[in-house]
Amino acid sequence: MKYIVVLLLGLLTGVALFAVGLTYNPFVGKRALSPLAVTDSQTVMLSYSAVAADAIMYTNDGESRIDPLPEKVQQLWEAPIRQSSAMVTVLRDGRSHVAGVGVKVSSAAESTHLLKGKALLDSIWYVYLPGQGSFFVEQSENYWDYLRDIVIPAYRHSGDTWKGTWMGNITDGPGTLGMARVVGGSGEFAGMEMLGVETLSVGAWRVEDGPLAAEGQLIIELPSVSADVDAEMDSLPDDN
Amino acid sequence: MSICGSISLKTAQARRVRRGRDISGNTAPSVAVRCAVRHKIDRIRCWICCNLTKLTATALERHITTGGGDVLLKTFIFGILLGIVAAAGVLFAVPVVDQYREVSLVSVAPNGGSREAFHINVPGDRIMTGAAGQNSSLPIGLEWPKDEVLSTVSIEIFKVRNAQNTVIGVASRALAKENDADIIDWIIHLPARGSLFVGMEPQSLEGGRRIGKLRAGSQEFDDLTGFITERWVPDTSGGDDAPLGRIELLATYVSNSVPFEDQEAESLE
Repeated sequence: MKYIVVLLLGLLTGVALFAVGLTYNPFVGKRALSPLAVTDSQTVMLSYSAVAADAIMYTNDGESRIDPLPEKVQQLWEAPIRQSSAMVTVLRDGRSHVAGVGVKVSSAAESTHLLKGKALLDSIWYVYLPGQGSFFVEQSENYWDYLRDIVIPAYRHSGDTWKGTWMGNITDGPGTLGMARVVGGSGEFAGMEMLGVETLSVGAWRVEDGPLAAEGQLIIELPSVSADVDAEMDSLPDDN
Repeated sequence: MSICGSISLKTAQARRVRRGRDISGNTAPSVAVRCAVRHKIDRIRCWICCNLTKLTATALERHITTGGGDVLLKTFIFGILLGIVAAAGVLFAVPVVDQYREVSLVSVAPNGGSREAFHINVPGDRIMTGAAGQNSSLPIGLEWPKDEVLSTVSIEIFKVRNAQNTVIGVASRALAKENDADIIDWIIHLPARGSLFVGMEPQSLEGGRRIGKLRAGSQEFDDLTGFITERWVPDTSGGDDAPLGRIELLATYVSNSVPFEDQEAESLE
């Protein structure tokens, strides 16, 4: 009997050690700077409040940490969409002026692999910027660093809150260099294929409500003129 | 023989410990003293011997003389290793996210490709209607931004159903006026399957249909081109609980190797 008790205690200790090792594994997470931070191409930068209460509309299954908004909005309770959320929000330009509106729909990704430090969401954005046009963003978002640096410390804190400054790139593919795939829809963006990155900066987070102070940013890299010229040159018939 | 069992107490040490260093209340002083002295040297082993197993004095004496401490320690270490391996194995084998899936009801299109029908019951599946200057908001309490920039845009969010009337996804329809022309874009998100981005032609076709090109898709729809038609179908059942009607979305997916224009022309004929 005593051996079984000791074995069970060892098992529990092992699981706890594994959890600690997984969480603080120095070889996982901490993505480098966004590749767009050093791009020469023109970029479109749009920011939005990542606090659900600031959105025009936010809904989920109604049982998650973040409450739907407005209060009487339909919830996504049906089984196939239970792990999804939808948000409509105002997008602002670099001078904090309203630039357009964005619709974000995301759902938990089956490719989530915690052993590899991947806590993934599949998400899409539809962005409409009046006077400029619309585009569609398709991405996987990795919240591993977010969980490790914000959520777990918040649970450990006696007040169930986390305060600080956290900034991270949450886009994790499927485009080149782990960027999001962006496809133009109308206006200036019509026919364009672009890359993008979504970043989050968080100032406060509470276990009960989720983010209290957070801002998201969508950075879209427009195709460079030189790339267009190269493509046109390639399409010209050969004189020889 | 275990470390505890190999303890050889000198008289002076024993006297010193007897004066107040007995750590185990469950064991006889003589045995507890031996462990307490050892405790200074090997804390983990002594903790297992005296506290963890809570052995009685007789059992502890037997345990010390038979070398049971080593076996217990090995069991504990084995448990730790087993725990680590088990946790890693479970995390590797059991999916953290397992989305509920409905069967995809896809049929073969007469002109090639495949076809899938979606629909939205109105008003039941409408989650949100946002536009400037609307008299009644949906949902109640929705505040569309008053900024002039967004005065020509309206966004609707819906739940999307398959041909068996089961909710399988979330869709958004955006309508905007740009240079006196309408822009109508759909996004359809089907969890675990992928998403579709469709730009509709502003002009309606015969029968009130509107056709749009599949501009982009993700995951399952990544390598597909094709088109989607939308159509408003009023309800004629007359039932009390019947919806006002439904928006029918008929998607035709075509392999990337076939030019979209050819497919579209055939379809319209």
